[in-house]
Amino acid sequence: MSYFRAENLSLHFGGLKAVDAVSFAVEKGEILSIIGPNGAGKSSIFNLISRIYRPTSGRIFFEDQDITEEPPYDIAKLGIARTFQNIELFENATVLSNLLVGRHRHSTTQLWQELLFLPSVRANEKVHRRRVEQVIEFLDLEPYRDKLISGLPYGVRKVIELARALCSEPKLILLDEPSSGLNVEETDDMSFWIRDMKSELGITVLMVEHDMSLVNRVSDRVIALNYGRVLAMGSPAEVQQHPDVVAAYLGA
Amino acid sequence: MRFLFKTDYEDDIRLFPHSGYIVSYGILLALLLIAPHMLSSYLMSQLVFVCIYATVGVALLILTGFTGQASLGHAAFLAIGAYTAAYLQKYNVPFPVYFLAAGALTGLIGAMVGFPALRLTGIYLVIATISFALIVEEILARWESVTNGNEGMRVKTLSLLGVTVPRDSPTFYYLCLAVLVLTIVGSLNLLRSPTGRAFVAIRDSETAARSMGVNVALYKVKSFAISAAITGLAGVLFAHKLSFISPEMFTLQLSIEFIIVILIGGAFSLHGAVLGAIFIVMIDPFLTYLKDDMPGIIAGIAATFGAGPATAGHIKSTVAAFASLNGLKGAIYGIIIVLFVLFEPLGLYGRWLKIKLFFQLFPLYKRATFKRQKIYVKSERNR
Repeated sequence: MSYFRAENLSLHFGGLKAVDAVSFAVEKGEILSIIGPNGAGKSSIFNLISRIYRPTSGRIFFEDQDITEEPPYDIAKLGIARTFQNIELFENATVLSNLLVGRHRHSTTQLWQELLFLPSVRANEKVHRRRVEQVIEFLDLEPYRDKLISGLPYGVRKVIELARALCSEPKLILLDEPSSGLNVEETDDMSFWIRDMKSELGITVLMVEHDMSLVNRVSDRVIALNYGRVLAMGSPAEVQQHPDVVAAYLGA
Repeated sequence: MRFLFKTDYEDDIRLFPHSGYIVSYGILLALLLIAPHMLSSYLMSQLVFVCIYATVGVALLILTGFTGQASLGHAAFLAIGAYTAAYLQKYNVPFPVYFLAAGALTGLIGAMVGFPALRLTGIYLVIATISFALIVEEILARWESVTNGNEGMRVKTLSLLGVTVPRDSPTFYYLCLAVLVLTIVGSLNLLRSPTGRAFVAIRDSETAARSMGVNVALYKVKSFAISAAITGLAGVLFAHKLSFISPEMFTLQLSIEFIIVILIGGAFSLHGAVLGAIFIVMIDPFLTYLKDDMPGIIAGIAATFGAGPATAGHIKSTVAAFASLNGLKGAIYGIIIVLFVLFEPLGLYGRWLKIKLFFQLFPLYKRATFKRQKIYVKSERNR
């Protein structure tokens, strides 16, 4: 049984088939990239997994559990974290509190305990903080702890979004175009971090990406989509040489 | 300037970042405690209103400032608290019981208002809360067996543990102050724990909050309930302070005053609620003072610049006629809000932070420090 599995996943907006009977599986501990031209349905698949959209048909399994009907907030509790293509951070909060929201799925304290700020709440806060600091160290975010998001440059925000997802200690992480808007050095950093996430933290990565050099460097397998359908699946080199993929990109 | 060296995670958790805060808040508390011996009974009465308005301000800040859910219905929550107290008083229920019962009932109703509000945002939510307030106002006027209708209800003098506490006694002031301080401390505790961070997350991006495991619906309802419950508690004190309540006291005008409290105080910090409350309570006597004395002052100025007694008298009567125009107060409130939104969106507390920074950095302060930047446009797709 696969670690994560999508079966015949479809998302139709009226007559438009954004995702059309897509099936794929992710093995534990691998980095799987989804590529495809604009509008191929890559981000839609992510939004289906994190339940922003409801699939028209098809099922999603994670760790042999059917998660198709789970509410969106429970997806994170199961251990699936994600980042967004256009960065969805909490603008008017500090980096630290953004990252601490990432710890939300691990918070166990009740409202009345928090109102009194009992010792148990305080102890929990310190545990959360320690975890957050580990992520801050992993992604070199030390200079930004107390800064407001609204004053930070794009590249840093991108890393903070990744950090927030890592703070939830996910088993599977969905990265929606991790390198978009980043310069060459920042993209290099990102590729190292993605590989480290796999090797050091043991996180399975599902990634949507346009930058083929990044895809080639980090991916174990690649899926190519076009018009909501799977064109090809396999190693990065295989997929890039697949005639249908070449046709989709070059319009042959 | 003070540089804080953080050596422990505790440094980011504690309420007072350094000893300076303990000293200044200690002095403030001491001044507030000896206030009944220093101030006139009129100012003491105003101070009680400041405490009550500030408590409501904190409640509204939790909902509007931190969770991002606007409400123009808080006068209704205040009314429910006040009427619960007045009604239970008739059956000789002791103060602590009806105080907490009012908070619990208002919190419950707040949660019920929160449910339909789940599907509404922005201006639509504002309209929904206004409708709720109008419904409550109507119920108070019509449900005569409980609320005594438009004739209103007398509120008996507060009796706490067998001791009567008149509404202008220092004890009543201390009670209001204690409620305010406890509300602020509770709210601060909430805001530094997971629930408070979830509120802020919902305010800034519901999509991201959801994908981080925040049950957005549950936390919105929680925020509504907490905010309403605190307002209900304030309502009990409000009823005792006025000693008489009737439906026309809890109109839209009052809800707007509460919005003014947080808008003018500064909607990003609990300090704003207190500063805004001081502003709203003190502007009324100030305007009355202006209304009474301004015609004489302006006529006097005109006289010193060589106007004859007849002209001065004419000026005086013109200004007096202008000052007693109907609706002038509302217009002045409106102008003040517009000016604040245009020139100081961070409110009085934001202004105070700027003044503080100016002296801390002197002579290096730059005006651009607080300039709001909006460089990146956020995606609206997943809303």
